Amino acid sequence: MANLFDILGPSMVGPSSSHTAGACRLGFVAQSLIGGRPERATIELHGSFAMTGEGHGTKRAIIGGLLGMRPDDPGLRDSLARAAEEGLEYTFASVDLGESAHPNTTRIRAVRGEVETLMTGCSVGGGRILVQDIDGMPVALSGSLPTVVLVADDVPGTIAEITGLLSSRGINLATMRVDRTGRGERALMTIEADADIPADLEAELAALPWAHRVRTIGRLD
Amino acid sequence: MFASFEEWCRRAEEADLTLPATVIARERHNTDATEEAIRARILQTLDVMRAAIADGLSTDEQSPTRMTGGRARRLDAADDPLLGKPFRDLLVRAIATLEVNARMGLIVAAPTAGAAGIVPSVLLTMAETRGWSDDRLVDGMLVAGGVGAIIAHRASLAGAGGGCQAETGSAAAMAAAAVTWLEGGTPAQVGQAVALTVQGMLGLICDPVAGLVEIPCAYRNATAAVQAVAAAEMALAGLDFPIPVDEVLDVMGEVGRKMDVRYRETALGGLATTPTGQRIAEEAGMPELVALQRKGGARGEDAARLGPS
Repeated sequence: MANLFDILGPSMVGPSSSHTAGACRLGFVAQSLIGGRPERATIELHGSFAMTGEGHGTKRAIIGGLLGMRPDDPGLRDSLARAAEEGLEYTFASVDLGESAHPNTTRIRAVRGEVETLMTGCSVGGGRILVQDIDGMPVALSGSLPTVVLVADDVPGTIAEITGLLSSRGINLATMRVDRTGRGERALMTIEADADIPADLEAELAALPWAHRVRTIGRLD
Repeated sequence: MFASFEEWCRRAEEADLTLPATVIARERHNTDATEEAIRARILQTLDVMRAAIADGLSTDEQSPTRMTGGRARRLDAADDPLLGKPFRDLLVRAIATLEVNARMGLIVAAPTAGAAGIVPSVLLTMAETRGWSDDRLVDGMLVAGGVGAIIAHRASLAGAGGGCQAETGSAAAMAAAAVTWLEGGTPAQVGQAVALTVQGMLGLICDPVAGLVEIPCAYRNATAAVQAVAAAEMALAGLDFPIPVDEVLDVMGEVGRKMDVRYRETALGGLATTPTGQRIAEEAGMPELVALQRKGGARGEDAARLGPS
């Protein structure tokens, strides 16, 4: 159910909460997943994002998000120039992701050094987003809470270890989801917490022997 | 927050709290924020709203389509307001905010960017005429937030979900509730103000020209601000609407769900697909949209691909 500042906000650069603020947040999540500003990005726009995105600044918003800007950053207006200055190469393309895809959907491939991610997410209204797929694995992330995304070996005891680490810091879990490509293969864990994830805890999680990649996404507002 | 107006009032009564205090209690329960932090954040929100209005009145800069920009200034400068300055200000401030929004300026989406002009216009104009302090305005904003949350639960706040009634209708209902509360209305009168606002906006379609949040949005924000004050005026005088507010909001939800997808922000119907609307979309460089608009004025299956968003 909506919180107060979903209704009385967000403070945002216009013109559209879904096509601008939500688009910016999707770009922001994509850069969080690779640990910072990408060097290259391929952004596909589906449905209404492709159709009316131009006039809504959707491209500028996604690029701004990829540069780490939030929806209220006045720099969103000039983000394409900023991308050139900061060495982010990008391409946009229209895509048809099918009937079942939400009309405001984008698929973003972002590359930073050795790290790469392919993320699909949609803007569901009022600036709120839903990240639906990360690297081919289904997720359901809203970004409304601090989030940990962790790629792990599918071995026993991983969940207990993670929850133990979080609870030792007094961090309450709001949601947790685990998906795997197959038994004994890679698993993708997404954890939404009620408090911010400190950097040293992220490092501790990354040091776990069965963890391959750990990323945290801060609150999006 | 709350699933119904009835639940909000019941919780307030049980805890012996005012309507705004009940919103604070729910928000604290949901987010761990302190009352002080919540009120401080609302004050910041009011500052952004004021700055947006000032920004809108600071320039004659046109939007790229030239459909908006400089209109709020023109209205503000015009002689002889028909119903006096406050009535004129309601319109000016709503339009100014939407003009800022159209040129990628900073606004508060309350509850959405497309309806961002209404709550600031009504609350800040009436604060001047009625002498409300900023602290009082925070209470009004809390009441507005409670109303918005109920509408989000029972109907929709998004044009793609329920047409313009869901955007400007919701914002006007929020503003009307805030005014009614700040003028000493009872919780029942606050509910009446919401019902009286929404009944007058049921069925309003979302048909943005060229798919842009400009026209009719800027003018709809202006007229919705007037509707909000009209509803508060009637509610405060004890005029009653016989259908309870929660039932009225359910109708808003039902009408939104049944509304053809062409009229839900897809730009495939209404003003957007008039000959002139299509020409503006073409000049704005939206060939894909225009092609879809021309295909028989958007058949359902095409429109269904685009919405609801």
